[in-house]
Amino acid sequence: MNMILPTASISATPNGTTRPQVRIVIVGHVDHGKSTLVGRLLHETGSLPDGKLEMLKAVSARRGMPFEWSFLLDALQTERDQGITIDTTQIRFRTRSRDVVLIDAPGHAEFLRNMITGASQADGAVLIIDALEGVRSQTRRHGYLLHLLGVKQVAVVVNKMDRVDFSADRFKEISDEISAHLIGLGVTPTAVVPISARDGDGVAEHTPRIGWYKGPTVVEALDALEPAPPLAELPLRLPVQAIYKFDDRRIVAGRIESGSLKAGDEIVIMPTGKIAKIKTVESWPVTPVNGPQGAGRSVGITLDRELFLERGDIIGHSGQSPRDTRRIRARIFWLHDKPLTTGEQILIRLGTKESRATVVAIEKAIDPGALSNEENTAIARNHVGEIDISLAQPVATDPYTDNPRTGRLVIEVNGRIAGGGLVLSVDAGRPAVPIDIVPVESALRPDERSARYHHNGAVIWLTGLPGSGKSTLARALERRLFSNGGSPILLDGDTFRAGLNSDLGFSPQDRTENIRRLAEVATHLARNGHIAIVAAVSPSTADRAAARRIADSAFREVYVATPAEVCETRDPKGHYAKARSGGLPSFTGITNDYQPPTGNELTIDTSNRSVSDATDAIERMLATTGILFDELTDLAANI
Amino acid sequence: MDHLDELEAQSIYILREAFARLKKLALLWSLGKDSNVMIWLARKAFFGRVPFPALHVDTGKKFPEMYAFRDRFGKEWDLDLRVEPCPPIDAVDPTLPPAARSAARKTEGLKWALNKYGFDGLIAGIRRDEEATRAKERVFSPRGLEGEWDVRDQPPEFWDHFNASPPQGAHLRIHPILHWTEADIWAYTKREGIPIIPLYLAKDGKRYRSLGDQDITNPVASTASSIDEILDELDNTKIPERAGRALDHETEDAFERLRVAGYL
Repeated sequence: MNMILPTASISATPNGTTRPQVRIVIVGHVDHGKSTLVGRLLHETGSLPDGKLEMLKAVSARRGMPFEWSFLLDALQTERDQGITIDTTQIRFRTRSRDVVLIDAPGHAEFLRNMITGASQADGAVLIIDALEGVRSQTRRHGYLLHLLGVKQVAVVVNKMDRVDFSADRFKEISDEISAHLIGLGVTPTAVVPISARDGDGVAEHTPRIGWYKGPTVVEALDALEPAPPLAELPLRLPVQAIYKFDDRRIVAGRIESGSLKAGDEIVIMPTGKIAKIKTVESWPVTPVNGPQGAGRSVGITLDRELFLERGDIIGHSGQSPRDTRRIRARIFWLHDKPLTTGEQILIRLGTKESRATVVAIEKAIDPGALSNEENTAIARNHVGEIDISLAQPVATDPYTDNPRTGRLVIEVNGRIAGGGLVLSVDAGRPAVPIDIVPVESALRPDERSARYHHNGAVIWLTGLPGSGKSTLARALERRLFSNGGSPILLDGDTFRAGLNSDLGFSPQDRTENIRRLAEVATHLARNGHIAIVAAVSPSTADRAAARRIADSAFREVYVATPAEVCETRDPKGHYAKARSGGLPSFTGITNDYQPPTGNELTIDTSNRSVSDATDAIERMLATTGILFDELTDLAANI
Repeated sequence: MDHLDELEAQSIYILREAFARLKKLALLWSLGKDSNVMIWLARKAFFGRVPFPALHVDTGKKFPEMYAFRDRFGKEWDLDLRVEPCPPIDAVDPTLPPAARSAARKTEGLKWALNKYGFDGLIAGIRRDEEATRAKERVFSPRGLEGEWDVRDQPPEFWDHFNASPPQGAHLRIHPILHWTEADIWAYTKREGIPIIPLYLAKDGKRYRSLGDQDITNPVASTASSIDEILDELDNTKIPERAGRALDHETEDAFERLRVAGYL
């Protein structure tokens, strides 16, 4: 064995990692010289690797072209062949005071999505304009998108000054036009620099050809851009990414988007408004960690009580939590081929939360290149607009002006991001859940009820195809437990759909919500000592797993595994016949989307067992898994 | 939070997103410095355990030190290690130049493993600063049914919102350390005390900056015999990291062709 193992001491951060790092995107109209400027910047700051200059010369010569700086970044064949930047790329160099990550973004309208991909990661931007062509539609569009993406520091570079004989007048003309445009959007340019990227004038040095210009060079302008401001001063926002239970800890994992937290803090989980305290902040290899954890950290916390929370919830401090809402007004940009229209069903992602949504209204739709108002029933590709969205589930969010991290969203179409934007306002449309609610515990202790009923609280979840015998079994079990002095309560899926869940349909999302509500009600009953018997097809493994998480140790899953042919022959509610004739779309059984459980506590096939025999089996399972007591001994223990 | 803390937090976020949003994940472990950091980050993300398999697509031509490393730390780190073989050279596109062709065996091996296990997400330790086509990558990068990469039609990806719905039968490449540099990797390896393969340290005036197959990887001239010295060297060198990788230098587009076809 010949390996190098860690030594104990860890010294200070080495060179190159302590300087401030700023991310800067270079945007502008196609052919205005972005890639050339980047090549030049790398060359002038001595950041090119050995042999790269020679390689670029060789590549240019082979294509019979004069030396081309842009080949440095336009690494792809298609890019070299067509002479355009297709995708964003990133490259690093150093100025006097900081490390710069340059993000080169394509200017072509076709690739606006790539420009946005690049610009969304930037602390600042360089907007490049061809001195000859002046401000073009794409220049305006990019200016608008920078504003929309929240990039507030923009240095403007007027390139190709050699082509206008280094005219100070031409420079001033362009400088005035673009400054007016940007200021109109709420962005003040940090500098407007005349340059010739190809020859190097104004990039790292002032040259006599632009002797009339007294402002900063491009390198100096970059040196003045600041890294993103810390988000630690804002209220705590911890979107839940996942809940891990790899061992006996139940760890809530996520990245702190703003604010900070520490063990002992009282928190509120939105949108449900549940309250808990942070017990520990977990970590690896050393745990727990002490002291506050601030914005930007990916953390894991444990809570002082067992609560159901899930991916997409946002944790905040009591009194400073985000709003919960089902209505959002947003300013968005649209990247999809198909225009976004009123009434359209979309998927919204807010942090780690995903929700179906409907576009209720399109208030504005404009082409930021032409700056013309358009019809307000659709937003075309590469255009922006303001929309009202109605969400299928409550979400927690902040207006963008309150919190830039939690106040932004993306829109997904067919599994692919199609647009995104900022939350302008949160119109709850109904009272927000008061965050000072405190769950009231029952006056009775669980063991007081157990002593009377001879059982602990439980959720018995009967899952299986329609017609498999769930309701029949559930009713027999209810009767049996009641006869023995217990407190069973039947929660039938169809009964709930007629009442509490009558607002839900049969889409996968609605089915998930149906199961969630059943599980919440059943768990409430179980916590109060009753045995909730749930009879619901519940075809999705994931939904049943969610139900198990809600009910936790009280959950007992019984798979009623009667073969499909037998179920169809029985057809107690006539559903199979109706589905066969096409009258019941999304009926589980015919469409065969039932996912059988694994890890269930019991499996029963009613095609070869009598009802009382099957009820016996369930009763035995409840006894062996600690729900039903052996009456004599346990009663004695309770006296 | 210093620079390394920021990199770490971002990578952990990406790993947790991948675990939350994809059903069948695996992590590609090439045994090199980058994928070792990636496994370390996964252990941080999931509090000491890696909750998906570590896949070593094995050409059979790695250095003995690399195999020894794998066998030891596969166990010590409690990895669900899957070693998958690559097809023989005859099975690979004969029009590729020799080193690229040899490397392309890995692409084929990867396809076999994908078919065998049905992974919908492969976590890979590539970095933007390594090589120009890698700089074009997304964090969540969709691959076609044959593992191919369509560079002309990459989905938008912004504000840490990733596209995580691969089409049926296709998969995603997930790149948790895309934003790291070579110097970051070494500084973090040192800070965290992550074990390394000694081939990275100079011996007789040479060391490996990048480890691949024995027949197509060469050492570079160096006197750096500790991580501190490596960091000093990186601060001053202008030699690209993959200078010792033969396949990068065969033709202008050899690497791009490989990557488009599904190579890492």
